[in-house]
Amino acid sequence: MIEDIELETLINEVYEYYGFDFGSYSKASLKRRVNRVFQLDGFTHFHEFLSKVRSDPEYYKRMVDEITVNVTEMFRDPAFYSVLRKQILPLLGTKPFIRLWHAGCSTGEEVYSMAIMLKEAGLLHKSLIYATDINATVLETAKKGIFPLRMMKEYSQNYRDAGGQEDFSSYYTANYGIAKFNGDLAEKMVFSQHNLVSDTSFNEFDMILCRNVLIYFDADLQKRVINLFDESLAVLGFLALGTKETIKYSIAPNKYKQLDKDKIWRKLK
Amino acid sequence: MEEIKIMSNCKVVIIGGSAGSLNALMQILPELIKLNDFALVIVLHRKSTDDQTLEDLITLKSNIKVKAIEDKLPLLPGFIYIAPSNYHLLFEKEEILALDTSEKINYSRPSIDVSFESAAEVYGSSLIGILLSGSNTDGTEGLKAIKAAGGTIAVQNPLSAEMPFMPNNAILYSDPDLILNIQEILHFIASVNTK
Repeated sequence: MIEDIELETLINEVYEYYGFDFGSYSKASLKRRVNRVFQLDGFTHFHEFLSKVRSDPEYYKRMVDEITVNVTEMFRDPAFYSVLRKQILPLLGTKPFIRLWHAGCSTGEEVYSMAIMLKEAGLLHKSLIYATDINATVLETAKKGIFPLRMMKEYSQNYRDAGGQEDFSSYYTANYGIAKFNGDLAEKMVFSQHNLVSDTSFNEFDMILCRNVLIYFDADLQKRVINLFDESLAVLGFLALGTKETIKYSIAPNKYKQLDKDKIWRKLK
Repeated sequence: MEEIKIMSNCKVVIIGGSAGSLNALMQILPELIKLNDFALVIVLHRKSTDDQTLEDLITLKSNIKVKAIEDKLPLLPGFIYIAPSNYHLLFEKEEILALDTSEKINYSRPSIDVSFESAAEVYGSSLIGILLSGSNTDGTEGLKAIKAAGGTIAVQNPLSAEMPFMPNNAILYSDPDLILNIQEILHFIASVNTK
């Protein structure tokens, strides 16, 4: 088990050697993740681990990939997608062109979920979905649109709970334990690496989705990232967060209006 | 009934449970009048899509106010907190709650081990961990962590549990300070910080 002081040392060394700042990450979760990779890779002494991270950029990359949480699912929180379908997409549909940003998209399950919703609403052809993550490895998976076949039963249930009427299995081809999603869904996706901690705004969007990413950041970094989203969002655009996340500590309350109880806010000015 | 050592510096009582534990909680929570200067945190295995039902049920049955958990919520004495479905519940040094969607542990998210271990790190000897009925091994490692950090651990008497496997496993491996029936758990929680 890694001690607090060792975690601080690691954070400082990573910043010094690689310029990446884990200092504003939520400590309880970060410590668990570091402990996990430490044990997974068979280390027994912290100094060996630290020296490996410092001297081996490939290993550093692996460590970051393992520390950042990449657990996601299609149509996670079906109620959210139901609101998206009924309330948000009809409003976005009035625009000639729809720009969306999935920040922290991980392996892309939610990006494909969004593409399915847009397609069913007849809006995919005039949409562009920017999907970004700090982790280049997960983006490669996302680009391929290949997910484990064993998850499809659960995803199909989520899809139906979200109001989906089609045959979910028509969206992918099953083969040897994998489900490859149809190429037309990915045509309007652009994947790229982006670091919410240090990178700036890169476009203006009609909707930004960043679900269950901010929970890994401390309050200060959350505030910075919410402001980055604010700079990147068009007036009357939507910001969607995870079901237990909020913007209320980060931004003036009169700038955004929350949709009922859902974690979707509309930018007013 | 066993001699119960009454803690006087308790900040948090954390209860973990799986199959059969809701029934036990429903015999305990409605009987509690107040929490003597500590927070009560409940971590139950639940369906990932079960968004609010458990919170609504406990709010309805309890005299004590249930705080809806959001990320980075301060943990305050006198309130009940319930780990949300599909997240692990963690504790930060600054006495705030944090959430995590990482891999399931013991096939569970929330995992009892994850919350117990995290609470043990922050609260040490001012933590009481209680494990209820269930049919998997989650919770045992967490109880060990609480004990190692100086906290007090109690396990539901397997004879009183609908699913005795989880408490049995904990008794076997974690050397609990107390093994209690449902009524005794109620008295124990009510006695915390009364001396």
